Amino acid sequence: MRPEDLLCPTPRGLYCPPADVHIDPLRPVPKALVTHGHSDHARSGHGAVLATAETLDIMEVRYGPDFAGSRQALAYGERIKIGDVSISFHPAGHVLGSAQILLEWKGFRAVVSGDYKREEDPTCAPFEVVPCDLFITEATFGLPVFRHPPALQEVEKLVHSARLFPERAHLIGAYSLGKAQRLMALARRAGHEAPIYLHGALLRLTDFYAARGIELGETRPVKADERKTLGGAIIICPPSATQDLWARRFPDPVTGFASGWMRVKARARQKGIELPLVISDHADWDDLGRTVLDTGAGEIWVTHGQEDALVHWCQSRGLKARPLRLVGYGDEDEGEGAVIEEAAGGAP
Amino acid sequence: MNRFADLLERLAYEPRRNAKLRLMTDYFREVPDPERGWALAALTGALSFRNAKPGLIRALIMERTDPVLFGLSYDYVGDLAETVALMWPGETRANSVPTLGDIIAGLHETSKSDLPKRLSTWLDALDETGRWALLKLITGSMRIGASARLAKTAVAALGEEIAPNEVELVWHGLTPPYESLFAWVEGLGPKPLSEDPAPFRPAMLATALEDVTDWAEALSAGDFRAEWKWDGIRVQAATGSNADGTLVTRLYSRTGEEIFGAFPDLLHAFSEEGAIDGELLILREGRVQSFNVLQQRLNRKAVTPKLLADFPAHIRAYDLLVDGREDIRDLPFSERRQRLVNFVSRLDTDRVDLSQEVAFSTWDDLAAARADPASAGAGDDAEAVEGVMLKRADSAYVPGRPKGLWFKWKRDPFTVDAVLMYAQRGHGKRSSYYSDYTFGCWAPGEEGEDVLVPVGKAYFGFTDEELLQLDRFVRKNTTDRFGPVRAVTAEADHGLVLEIAFEGLQRSTRHKSGVAMRFPRVHRIRWDKPPREADRLDHLEALLRES
Repeated sequence: MRPEDLLCPTPRGLYCPPADVHIDPLRPVPKALVTHGHSDHARSGHGAVLATAETLDIMEVRYGPDFAGSRQALAYGERIKIGDVSISFHPAGHVLGSAQILLEWKGFRAVVSGDYKREEDPTCAPFEVVPCDLFITEATFGLPVFRHPPALQEVEKLVHSARLFPERAHLIGAYSLGKAQRLMALARRAGHEAPIYLHGALLRLTDFYAARGIELGETRPVKADERKTLGGAIIICPPSATQDLWARRFPDPVTGFASGWMRVKARARQKGIELPLVISDHADWDDLGRTVLDTGAGEIWVTHGQEDALVHWCQSRGLKARPLRLVGYGDEDEGEGAVIEEAAGGAP
Repeated sequence: MNRFADLLERLAYEPRRNAKLRLMTDYFREVPDPERGWALAALTGALSFRNAKPGLIRALIMERTDPVLFGLSYDYVGDLAETVALMWPGETRANSVPTLGDIIAGLHETSKSDLPKRLSTWLDALDETGRWALLKLITGSMRIGASARLAKTAVAALGEEIAPNEVELVWHGLTPPYESLFAWVEGLGPKPLSEDPAPFRPAMLATALEDVTDWAEALSAGDFRAEWKWDGIRVQAATGSNADGTLVTRLYSRTGEEIFGAFPDLLHAFSEEGAIDGELLILREGRVQSFNVLQQRLNRKAVTPKLLADFPAHIRAYDLLVDGREDIRDLPFSERRQRLVNFVSRLDTDRVDLSQEVAFSTWDDLAAARADPASAGAGDDAEAVEGVMLKRADSAYVPGRPKGLWFKWKRDPFTVDAVLMYAQRGHGKRSSYYSDYTFGCWAPGEEGEDVLVPVGKAYFGFTDEELLQLDRFVRKNTTDRFGPVRAVTAEADHGLVLEIAFEGLQRSTRHKSGVAMRFPRVHRIRWDKPPREADRLDHLEALLRES
């Protein structure tokens, strides 16, 4: 058999013919497996969705209870058979509920990583290495210039700055699912005890995390008439909101952005960011390479991000590798605009 | 070095001008000589190293990393110094960090053969930010949003009552590390003598006027004088006397760069002390040539006698800043203008003439002149007129872009609706965004069906918000990739129409379409328009025939 018989890229996303399922499909399909709740991977309108319970809950928070015709939850490590294909979900360490999907068929093991990271994260289960023959990896930060420093060290910069400039509001852009909550949990670890203020688009998902028992400390919604009094406070909002009218009335704001992109100065400057925080929920260059080797896979398919560099790296180590060129997956830091509109109930 | 690197990094992230100024002034106050002087030299672009060049940096990184990975990373980051700083392998060993002075001395003194080893030792010792700052020194362009002018302003702010322009005037006589300059501004030494008898004086710039209905009521026509805005290069020609009494003339660009090397034919035009502000143009038989002709001269590296004969340079004088040895920048424009008339008539050269005034008494008069310069006095030169300049008759010559004194009112651009075909990633501030757009118009293909033919390339005219939208469109509609270039969907019913504004059109043998646009930019994004309704190449060819 060829790996392409088990999995093949299509305009709707990755398709598995023997099980007749799509993985993270871009358009509505009859049967979908979803790795995690970010909006470019988890879309609404599928016939049936199989995902972890957390991911299904997140989809419901985002899209309402009718996001799919039917749904089925699968716990980490649990197996299910669809057609001849045995399917199981394993922690990806990306956000709450995120999973890699292992497909076993005729003794051949393929792992679809979804998005993942290896660094410790207090808000989700840690990444688990799943040995396989074919590893399909993301490559959002697939260039050797991307080496993420320890996230806690970056959050300490923020907490330090808030102490240093108690008259200035600290307005930090962070993706509403995962990054924002990780930032809150880390700020607590870095000794920030004051309430953390949240943009309206972050409330529902943050409440969901808190309800799952994840310790985020006291959070409060930003009230319009209260903005002027928020000097020294840490305020978290979706990345695009830092440049919105919404950001205007805070006292002399220090604008920050928590993203792996912040390692490149030009990216921070393009966005007018004064306090870049290099915090990412994706594997950095070193961890992408390490993970590829850890899985023991002989064949690597590289998708969304900087495919070319990682493909080259794999090939130069004698691994069979190809780019998938799936179109339609953004990195979530760039795609937040749609989510805000969605939260506000408007059309895109 | 760490303190300097920290300054550069903070400047790079600080968007506010006044805060940048404060960062620099604080640095100059806290850091002793000569270290702060070397920093000032770096910030003002006054350093260059004979042996340390970008090629050396490339060679070093190529030895240490995979060239393919380096190439992809550089393409993404868009800045050599930053790419290498981020990719440099190995852990930082910070047992002895070199000072900025050590590094600059080392870069000057080390022989070409020893430099690679020296540089890599420093790079090993520095952290990422330090590496970045060091490499920025070598590559020259800082790109941290702090101009030489701002750095000099920060130096002036060390003193009690020193205006930035005073620093500018003594600047040309100084060399790094500027100990005499710092001593003077801090009140510990005499004012350094400007040894340059013909220094640059910062240029006064105009603000742009758009739709006449927006401003016609707010401005009173009687307060202003008008001239043609010529489409050349804004220059300043300063003439003064050396100690031995001989005259020296310098020609400066608008930003203070000396450009005489390229225009030796203007060298003997100035027989009087003084400084004029004007437009450099090519004149043939008394007729002003289009910017395209000037561009042809600028493109040639070697200034040959034939080039000088075929492209004779000329200055059209707008303003007089120094009359003899008298600085007259504080006089009102109307008085300076009278002095300028006399000055130009004394010059006795056909290389310099007076910018003609445009008569008007109402804004309607001026609008008519702007719409048809040929009938309003510009005659056969009308094609080189870019619009009109408005100057308040009572305006002093104020450096920078002061509000409410000078305005430029350009002619309406041509526009064409074209289809986005290719996009390329930008550099510098726009690195990693698809910000350079190649667009095309419809023309009959070989088999009679309509095909798109590229007609130009634009990389500005859009807002930051629009850049994000365009970048997203490119990423979501990529059909093919060639290195940093992406081809995007461009079919009759799928694709993106850009309304392109441009200043003029030339025939071109270099472009497949046969036309070349001057100053093309994205005027509007026509999300609403299907590509099939974009303009045809015939439309541009018709414009070409008209002009």
